[in-house]
Amino acid sequence: MTYDIIIDGEHYRLDLNRADGRWSCFVDGREVEVDAVLVRPDVLSLRIGNRAYEVKCERVGADTHVWVGSERFAAEVHDPRSLRGRVREVDERGPKKLTSPMPGKIVRVLLSEGAEVEAGTGVLVIEAMKMQNEIKSPKKGTIQKILVSEGAAVNAGDLLAIVD
Amino acid sequence: MFKKILIANRGEIAVRVVRACHEMGITAVAVYSDVDRASLHVRKADEAYPIGAPAASESYLNIEKILAVATRSGADAIHPGYGFLSENAKFARACADAGVKFIGPTAAAMDAMGSKTKARQAMERAGVPVVPGTLRGLESFEQAEEVAARIGYPVMLKAAAGGGGKGMRLVLAPQELKPALEGARSEAERSFGNSEVYIEKAIINPRHIEMQVLADEHGNTVYLGERECSLQRRHQKVVEEAPSPMVDSDMRRRMGEVAVRVARAAGYTNAGTVEFLVDQSETDQKKNFYFLEMNTRLQVEHPVTELITGLDLVHLQIRIAAGERLPFTQNEVQIRGHAIECRIYAEDPDNNYFPSPGKITLLQAPSGPGIRRDSGMYEGWTVPMDYDPLLAKLIGYGTDREQAISRLTRALNEYFVGGIKTNISLFRRILSDPDFRAAKMDTGFLDRLLRRKVPDAPADPKAIEVAVIAAGIFAVLGSAASGADEHSLASESTRSELKTASNWKSAARREGMR
Repeated sequence: MTYDIIIDGEHYRLDLNRADGRWSCFVDGREVEVDAVLVRPDVLSLRIGNRAYEVKCERVGADTHVWVGSERFAAEVHDPRSLRGRVREVDERGPKKLTSPMPGKIVRVLLSEGAEVEAGTGVLVIEAMKMQNEIKSPKKGTIQKILVSEGAAVNAGDLLAIVD
Repeated sequence: MFKKILIANRGEIAVRVVRACHEMGITAVAVYSDVDRASLHVRKADEAYPIGAPAASESYLNIEKILAVATRSGADAIHPGYGFLSENAKFARACADAGVKFIGPTAAAMDAMGSKTKARQAMERAGVPVVPGTLRGLESFEQAEEVAARIGYPVMLKAAAGGGGKGMRLVLAPQELKPALEGARSEAERSFGNSEVYIEKAIINPRHIEMQVLADEHGNTVYLGERECSLQRRHQKVVEEAPSPMVDSDMRRRMGEVAVRVARAAGYTNAGTVEFLVDQSETDQKKNFYFLEMNTRLQVEHPVTELITGLDLVHLQIRIAAGERLPFTQNEVQIRGHAIECRIYAEDPDNNYFPSPGKITLLQAPSGPGIRRDSGMYEGWTVPMDYDPLLAKLIGYGTDREQAISRLTRALNEYFVGGIKTNISLFRRILSDPDFRAAKMDTGFLDRLLRRKVPDAPADPKAIEVAVIAAGIFAVLGSAASGADEHSLASESTRSELKTASNWKSAARREGMR
């Protein structure tokens, strides 16, 4: 099986096969001696040569991270046989969405539609776990839309406002 | 001695008190809100009673409901933990009226000290130095404006009933005063049911050092040494240690004696903490300390004091409340070794430390020499969004500060909480920071550290290779789950892994096709 693996934005080609409980492993065409034991769900004990590693797999929302010891890597695994070629660009122009970073309650809407904002201007205040947090505008522009009202309960990822 | 104690709290502190009860042969009664049915304190208790909706005002802050459970369960005492009703004199009074012993100071002592404004008045009368500002709550915005102009910016707004940084705002300039006052008031009202806010001169980057006191109901009061609590974020303590590296035995004695005087002036009983701001002008070797406030409860960070004194503060609280005398004198209090505590919060370090509630999918907890862990979480538990995001406290103890740091660092590397974001990585940064190691700390330390970008240390190429291989193996195990190959690394637990790994893979596929 061949995978296209993206670790912290860098692509690696991994050829990985298993026969009789042994792994054959090539990273970018270079053979690596691997011995793996899944000690419990999401935790691998890996031996690479004679070096031992504990690796954990963590998923939070849509993100997957692989922890090697206490080093964390953003990981994406693509099977090259499936369609791919997605390119995501960071675009500073165009409307920007303000989304809720956590579940909580809107305690204040600080600005109304049409208001001019600078990058970093507070737009709304969300309360969760007894802390009030200001949701700030990601760019300079105008508030195009406010989609929530004071007192509303929101979930992580909910669209709160649009700045253009 | 009490037969049955009701614990009017949740989370790690409720578990802490349940444990003390069990050690003392006392039955522990838990209360829980609707979202806390599966919480650890309910699992550990001997009896558990529902007290209503998640909102604290409907449950953990609801005096009637909690006293009803006390009556129903036949509890003869109530331990309030910290936060919630722990510093509520009305509650202490209601307990006394209901014939249930409140494990803490009397309502009168709380009235004297619990309100920060009243405490400031009492201390000024007792000749204890306080930070300049109003001795009473602000009546209007105009008054705030006038006082701020008189004492000079920056100023600090604080909830009179406050604690834990709630209802507190630093104001640097006049135009910030109005929104800050409104914010502090609404947060104070929401958190404590009391919107009284006062103003004091902000001492920029002081050290925050507090003294633990303990008083029995027979007139004996002792101090148990200080805790250094300068590492704060949003006025919330993040790392605490004991003893303070800047306090020598002479300063400890002076601060301790003032703290005992403060406690006596209030007629204080049980465990309490006197907080001081210490200014550290380079020129003045004398290090002035100002009374900040008295916390009339057990502190979150009490374990560091327990480790260096060898005492169990919760046991002592219970014994004192049961009418026993302090079993030791001031001279018998010995400080030995060094302890440091990290407060593990459900917060996202990559997203401005926003709270991060959710389900804990993987938990690996540290242990070993010199490590104490007071935790309220477990694997599979969903952290509710309704309460303070404190999950656990990890405390390292050693013969000296250096060993405490190295043990704590080692334990942090063993600690893993998956599924939600936590601030564990922040502690690795703090503990390896040269200024922290050199004990150069003040209350501005953490903000300065956080403003510095995380140094882009080039990742170890070996570790990257390991990550690549591991990511692939997790994915392969995913395809095994779909039925192709089942003898794999098969253990019972593999099956659920296969399922999640396969979810991951299908997610990866979906991503790839977008």
